[in-house]
Amino acid sequence: MLELENVTVRYDGVPAVVEVSLDLPDGEVLAVLGPSGCGKSTLLRAVAGLETPSDGAIRWDGRDLAGVPTHKRGFALMFQDGQLFNHLTVARNVGYALRIRRTRSSRVAERVAELLALVGLEGYAERLPATLSGGERQRVALARSLAVDPRLILLDEPLSALDAGLRERLAGDLREILRSAGTTALMVTHDHEEAFTVADRLAVMRGGRVVQAGGISEVWRAPADPETALFLGYARVLRGEAARVLLAAAGLPVAPAVAVRRSALVAAPDGPLTGRVVSGRATPEQVRLVVEVPGVGQVDAVSPLGLHPGPGEQVSLTVEAAKLATLPGA
Amino acid sequence: MKSSRALSALAALTTLGLTVTGCSTVGEESSDTSTDSSVVLVTHDSFVLPKALKKKFEQESGYDLVVRASGDAGQLTNKLVLTKDDPIGDVAFGVDNTFASRALDAGVFAPYSFDEPAGAADYALPGDDDHRLTPVDNGNVCVNVDDTWFADHDQAPPKTLDDLTDPAYQDLFVLPGAATSSTGMAFLLATIAAYGEDGWQGYWSKLMDNGAKLTAGWSDAYEVDFTQGGGSGDRPIVLSYDSSPAFTVPKGAKTSSTSALLDTCFEQVEYAGVLEGAGNVDGAEAFVRFMDSPEVQAALPESMYVFPVVDGVKLPSDWARYAVQPTDSYAVDPADVAAHRDEWLRDWSDITSR
Amino acid sequence: MTARTRWSNRTRWSSRTRWSSLSRPLALAGLAVVPVLVLGVFFVLPVSGMLQLGFWADGSFDPGAVLEVLGRPRVHRVVWFTVWSASVATAVAVLLGLPAAHALHRLRFPGRDVVRAALLVPFVLPTVVVGVAFRQLLGEAGPLGFLRLDGTAVAILAGLVFFNVAVVIRVVGAAWESLDPRPGEAAAALGASPAQVFRTVTLPALRPAIVSAASVVFLFCATAFGVVLTLGGLRYSSVETEIYLLTTNLLDLQAAAALSILQLVAVVVLLLVAGRLRAVPDPEVSRVLARPRWPARGDVWALTSTLLLLVLVAAPIATLVVGSLHVDGDWSLGNYRALTTNGTHQALLVPVTDALVTSLRTAVDATWMSLSMGLLVAFTVTRRSRSRAERRVRRGLDGLFMLPLGVSAVTLGFGFLITLDEPPLDLRSSPLLVPIAQALVALPLVVRTIVPVLAGINDRQRQAAASLGAGPLRAVLTVDLPVVWKPLLAAGGFAFAVSLGEFGATSFLAREEHPTLPVVIYRLIGHPGPMNYGMALAASVVLAATTTVVMLVVERLRVPSVGAF
Repeated sequence: MLELENVTVRYDGVPAVVEVSLDLPDGEVLAVLGPSGCGKSTLLRAVAGLETPSDGAIRWDGRDLAGVPTHKRGFALMFQDGQLFNHLTVARNVGYALRIRRTRSSRVAERVAELLALVGLEGYAERLPATLSGGERQRVALARSLAVDPRLILLDEPLSALDAGLRERLAGDLREILRSAGTTALMVTHDHEEAFTVADRLAVMRGGRVVQAGGISEVWRAPADPETALFLGYARVLRGEAARVLLAAAGLPVAPAVAVRRSALVAAPDGPLTGRVVSGRATPEQVRLVVEVPGVGQVDAVSPLGLHPGPGEQVSLTVEAAKLATLPGA
Repeated sequence: MKSSRALSALAALTTLGLTVTGCSTVGEESSDTSTDSSVVLVTHDSFVLPKALKKKFEQESGYDLVVRASGDAGQLTNKLVLTKDDPIGDVAFGVDNTFASRALDAGVFAPYSFDEPAGAADYALPGDDDHRLTPVDNGNVCVNVDDTWFADHDQAPPKTLDDLTDPAYQDLFVLPGAATSSTGMAFLLATIAAYGEDGWQGYWSKLMDNGAKLTAGWSDAYEVDFTQGGGSGDRPIVLSYDSSPAFTVPKGAKTSSTSALLDTCFEQVEYAGVLEGAGNVDGAEAFVRFMDSPEVQAALPESMYVFPVVDGVKLPSDWARYAVQPTDSYAVDPADVAAHRDEWLRDWSDITSR
Repeated sequence: MTARTRWSNRTRWSSRTRWSSLSRPLALAGLAVVPVLVLGVFFVLPVSGMLQLGFWADGSFDPGAVLEVLGRPRVHRVVWFTVWSASVATAVAVLLGLPAAHALHRLRFPGRDVVRAALLVPFVLPTVVVGVAFRQLLGEAGPLGFLRLDGTAVAILAGLVFFNVAVVIRVVGAAWESLDPRPGEAAAALGASPAQVFRTVTLPALRPAIVSAASVVFLFCATAFGVVLTLGGLRYSSVETEIYLLTTNLLDLQAAAALSILQLVAVVVLLLVAGRLRAVPDPEVSRVLARPRWPARGDVWALTSTLLLLVLVAAPIATLVVGSLHVDGDWSLGNYRALTTNGTHQALLVPVTDALVTSLRTAVDATWMSLSMGLLVAFTVTRRSRSRAERRVRRGLDGLFMLPLGVSAVTLGFGFLITLDEPPLDLRSSPLLVPIAQALVALPLVVRTIVPVLAGINDRQRQAAASLGAGPLRAVLTVDLPVVWKPLLAAGGFAFAVSLGEFGATSFLAREEHPTLPVVIYRLIGHPGPMNYGMALAASVVLAATTTVVMLVVERLRVPSVGAF
C-alpha cells in the first residue's frame, strides 16, 4: 500500500507539488487527473524516487521511502512515449528487468513470451523498437514494466501520444491487463476518459494540490468545485437563478451551482423547460443543439436524430437528473 | 518563440563575425610579397635583427627585405635542397657547418666572392672552393658547469670530456640528444672529433653508464634539469654554449655562477649565401655583404646569441667579461658529416637507448 | 537485418518525395566540391608530392627500397610503441573523460563553466612549454620526482592524456547533454542500479560519440610529437618522431615515405573500424535538453574523477603560472611587463603582444574556414543515400577529411614547398597558407562533432519544411541549423583552440614577419637568458588565459533553449 503524506516537491524553490496526501491500497488503480503543469508528473516522479520531496513522506507498507533510490523501490515506470531502449530488440526490452535481476535465460525467454502474449504482440520478439507503431511501442513498454511483477506500476500519460481510436482501445486493454495481473498502479493523465476507463479511483490535481479524491463515480457525481467539474467533462456550470431553474426542472433540491453535461437536456415534446434553438448540428448518434432557455441562458441540449429542430424553433426540454452535479457555493 | 531566439542568436553571431573580420588576415595587404624591388631572405626561426638595421639595409641597397623564417637549421637546409630548382627566395642565412655540405652537394648556393672584412676568412667552410658560402657568425657548444654548486659541495668541477665519465661526476650531467637537437648533434661531433670514428661509441657507452641524462631539446636540459636553470633542477653539468655564462651573473655579482669547459667545445659557424636561380641576385649579394658589415656583426650577440666572425667588433660588456671563447675547438670535416650523419645518428640512438 | 530493411524503406520513400532525380546528385556534388578541392590542393597534392620523392628516388620508380624500410627492426619497435602508447592513452582519456563529461554537461555546480573552459586549455598550450612544466613536476628534483616517472612511458601517457582528454569531454559531453534522460529513468524504475543504467542504456546511446572522440584522440596520440620526445627522455620513438627525424635531419625521404604510407594505411583502417563501431541501428535520437541538476550522492564518483582530472591539468599549468611570476627567484610581474617588448636584447622580431594579435587573427580565419568546410562536409555526408554506391561515396568523403590528422606535419610542410610552387597554385608564401593548414588540422574535429548530430535529425522534418514551401536552403535553416547550432559552436571553439595552439605545421610554413604566439614561445624558450625563459612562461599563461576566455564566451553564446526545438 502506497501512502503519500503532505508531500511537497520544489524545483529551485518553486513548489510544483504542495502538501499532497493520497492512499493507494494494493490492487487498485489510482488516476491522478489534471491539466498540464498541475504537478501530477512531478508527483509521479517523486513516488518513483526521481525527485526528492522537500517535505512530507512517501511510504510503502508503512516504510518511509526517503533515501531509497529508484532502482531499489521495486516499482516500474512507463512513460508517455514508452521510452523503449532503441538499441535492444523487443524481447530484450521486455526481459530487461529480469536480466538486471540475473534471472536464468530460459526463464527470461518464457516470461517474455508470456508477457508478449499478454499485450498481444506474439511474434514481435526480434523486432527493433524503431520498426514498431506507436501503439505497439506502448504495449512493449507495458510488458516491460510488468515483467518482474512490480509492487507498483507508475504510468505517466501512458496513452496520450496515441491517436483517439487507438487510445480508446488500448485504454480498455490496459485496464484488462492491469486487472488480470493484479497490479497496483498509479497513473497520471490529463484525459478524463482515459482515467475513467483505466482507474478505480481518481485524484484531481490543480496548481500542485489535490483538490478532490475518491472513487470514480463519487468524484464524477460530486465535483468539488466548478473548475473540477469542467475538467471532468461537464459542459457548463450554471449559477444562481439559472441553477435554480434547472434543478427545479430536474426535480432536485436547490443548490448555489450546478454542473451540466452536454446531454443532460434532451428535446422531448412534454419537457418542463422550453427554449428557442440557437443552432444545431447532427452527429451520427444525435443532434446537438444550443438552446436559449429563458431564465437559464444558452445551454447545450441533444435531440434524437429524427427530431431536428431548426434555428429559431421552440423546443421543449426534459432534464436528466443523473447528468447534473450540484456544486457547493462558489 | 524558439526560432526567433535562434534567429537573434544567429544575428548576434553574424554581427560578431563581421566585427571579427577586422581581425581576419584575409584581404590584408601582404606587405611581404616579393616584387622586383625586394630581396627575399630564407632563414631559420632564430633569425632576428633590430628594426633599425633592417631599415638601414633597405635604404642603402634600395631593396625591400622580405624575411621568410621558419624551422631550425636542419629544416632550413632540407627546405633549400628540396626547392633548389625553384628557390623560395634570393638569399639564405643560417645554414651551419654541420649541414653546409648537404646544401653545397645539392647545388643550392651560387658562388659569390667579395672583399670580406678581416677575420671572416678564418671561418670559411672547408671544401667550399668556389666560395658559395660566406661566414657570418660563430659560437661554440660547450659543457657548462654550475660553479656555485661545486663550491657548495667542496668538489672540483670537471674539465675535460674524459672527466664526464669519472664516477665522481655520476648522475650530474644532462644534455640534449643528438637526434632531436642541433646542440646535441654538435656535442656528438665533438666526441667523434675527440675519440675518432671508431672510438666515440665506447666513450658514449661510458658516459651513459655514468648516468648522463638525455633530454629532447636544449631548453629541457638547461631550464629543467640544470641547477642554474629556470626551474629547480638538480644536475650541475649541462651542455650549452660558450656564451651561456654571460646569462648567469647574479645581480650585483662580479663573476658568473657558471662557466663553460673550454676543452669540450665544438664550433658552429653559420653562413649566408646567394641562392642558385635567385630572381634578385644583386639584392642577394647586397644582403650577404650586409651581414658582414660592422653594424650587423656588432648586433649579433644580443640578437642571436652568437659571436661575430669579423675582427675588431666590440662585444657587449657582459659578453666581453663572462663569455670566454675557446681558443681551440673540436671540428669535423663537413664532408664527413654529410657522408656519415645517418650512420652516426643511428649508432648513437642504439647506444643511448640501450 | 531489420535496421537495413527499414533504412532502404525510408530511402525509397524519401526519394519519391524529394527533389527531382537529376538535380540531386548535382546539388550534392556542388556542396562537396569546395572542401574536396581545398583538401585536394592543400593536403592530397603536397603529401603525394612527398611520397613521390620517396618512391621515385633518383628518377626511377623504386617501391622495393621503400618497402625494405618497413622490414627494419627499428621500424617495428617504433610502430609497436606508437600503437601501444596511443591505445593506452586513448583508453585512459576515455575513462577519465566520461565521468567528467557527465559532471560537466549533466550536472550543475558553481564554477562549472570555468572548469569546462579550463579543461580545454591544455589543447592549445605549446608542447614545448608543457613539456618543460611536466618535467619540472616529474623531474628528479620536482615535487613528484619520487614517482620516478621522468623519462618513462608513463610520463608520455600522462602527457598524451593531459592534451587530449578535453576532446573526450567535449565530444561526448555534447552528445550526453542532449540525451533523453527518460530511458535511463525507466531502467532505474525497472530495478537497474545507476551502474547498470549506465552500462545498459546510457553507454549504448553514447557509443557513436565515444567512438568518434576515441578515434580522434587516438589519431592525435599516435601523431603526437613533442610529448613523446620531451617526456620520454629520447628513449621512445613514435612513427611521427621518426618521420621528423628522417625528413629534417637525415633527408631520408624513402624511409619517411614508407612511414607516411604506413600512417595513411593505419588511419584508413582505424576509420573503417570506427565507422563500424559507430554505426547504430537507429541514428535518429530524440533531442531534449535535460535540465542540468544539482549533484546527488550517486555523482560522487563523477565529481571525484573530474577533480582528479582538474588536478592533472592544473598541476603543470600551476607550475607555469608560478614560474611566470618569478624573476630572479623573487615574485614579480616583470615577465608580463616584458611581453610588450621585443625581449631582452631584441630577442624577438615582434613583441609577444603582436604575436598574440597575429595568433587571434589567424585563429579567426582558421575557424571560419574549418567551420564552413566542416558544415559542407557534414551536410553532404549525412544526407540519406539512395544507392549503395552513393552511400559508399559519402562514407569515403567522411573518412577523407580525417586523413589530415594522420599525416605528419613535417611531411605536409615540405610537401607544400615542393608542390605549391607554380601558378596557378603558387601559394608557398601566401599569408593564407597558415590558417588553411590549421583549418585542415581542425576540420576532422569539426566534422566529427557535427556529423553525429546531423545524422540524428529525422529527414521527414526537412520534408515537412519543404512541403510547407521552404527551399532546400530554407529547410536547412529551419530544421538543421537550430539543432546543429550548439555543436557548431562547440566545434568552433575547438577549431579556434586548435588554431591557437598549432605549432607543427605553423612553424614550418613561411610566416614572414608575423609569427604566432606558439612560435614566439618556442623561440623564447629555446634561448639562454632567464628573462627569455620567464617571458616564455608568461606568454604561455597569456595563451592559456586567452583560450579560457574565448571558450567561456563560446559557452555563453550557446542558446540555452536549443534542445527544445
